[in-house]
Amino acid sequence: MCDTCGRNITHGNENFIKPGGKLHKTESGKEAVTVLHSLLNENDHTAKHNRDHFDQHQVLAVNLMSSPGAGKTALLEATIQQLDKNLKIAVIEGDLETENDAERIRQHGVEAIQISTGSACHLDAHMIHQALHNLDLSKFDIVFIENVGNLVCPASFDLGQHLDVTLLSVPEGDDKPAKYPVMFRKSDLVVISKSDLLPVLDDFKPERARGYLQDIASTAPILELSSKNKQGLPEWIDWINQQISLRKQYLLQHPVTAGHHSHTHEHHHG
Amino acid sequence: MHELAICQSLINQVESIALQHRAKSVSLIVVGIGPLSGVEAQLLKNAYPIASAGSVAENTELVIEYLPVKIKCNNCGCESDALPNKLVCKQCGNWQTSLVSGDELLLMSVELEKEDALEDSSTNTNTH
Repeated sequence: MCDTCGRNITHGNENFIKPGGKLHKTESGKEAVTVLHSLLNENDHTAKHNRDHFDQHQVLAVNLMSSPGAGKTALLEATIQQLDKNLKIAVIEGDLETENDAERIRQHGVEAIQISTGSACHLDAHMIHQALHNLDLSKFDIVFIENVGNLVCPASFDLGQHLDVTLLSVPEGDDKPAKYPVMFRKSDLVVISKSDLLPVLDDFKPERARGYLQDIASTAPILELSSKNKQGLPEWIDWINQQISLRKQYLLQHPVTAGHHSHTHEHHHG
Repeated sequence: MHELAICQSLINQVESIALQHRAKSVSLIVVGIGPLSGVEAQLLKNAYPIASAGSVAENTELVIEYLPVKIKCNNCGCESDALPNKLVCKQCGNWQTSLVSGDELLLMSVELEKEDALEDSSTNTNTH
């Protein structure tokens, strides 16, 4: 998308707006307006606003996505235990109902905000914005957003995160990247979770999952990880530390000035 | 079923464009969707009457243009059509490719009926 005009013109659609193209015509008494904005323009605008908030406080925001039951909360619990204690974590939990996941996180002494989406199958940027009103970002280094368990809908909504991590648990089968290409294609890291089950569920071949990810041109690294027996956890922690320092380096080169973005409502900047 | 949420966002955008241009009604909405956008065109169509009820776009024709998946090979530079889950170069078989199109989710254009169009038929607005 163009940052100046907000338009999305690609090789795929530019022929529509050229003279003689399908969008280049009007009948009398009517006015044709070419728009070429994302259908999620409002969401994308709020997502950018959220990202500005994270950046002002040098907080890395990571969006965790997977099927229900792939082990997102268990991974977060293991992460809280293993991550350097100098790094302060907050968690935003998305679920249709209950505070169960937020309660699990709070038991580790970590601040967690629960978003109950009701019947909505995904988090959107507006929900994250609301959650950020209740989170003092100046206290944290990293915010994990645990999205609603769903391999379809969350892929379409930018929340303002810096990174997307998708979990693929061993019981789900190794062909999920071929079945859900939209979500896996946008992932910055793919975690093969519940790897302790690989010896039992031996029809799951990590190499085959890797092949399906290559088929969708994914260059994301793949980590085999078990929150239960801690296999792969050091590599995951290394990846997080690396991403936190990469973001800090980036912000040194591209500093964000306070008050750089506008609000449509009264807002306290913590 | 995130298509309903997306459809509501579409209607909000169309309403603000209609207001900006002081349009009486909206006669056509054209949306462009690629298979890698994660949005199902038929579900968007089904959601449309619910999302548009009571808005300026109620009963407006919704046209969906299907945008193809196209990739460019990072190795040989060849541009080719591809399946959503097989973004591999048809020429050399390399998997390191870049998406040229196919992930769009765009409000492409709207056709508005202007308030003054009936009073002054000599004014034929044609804005681009």
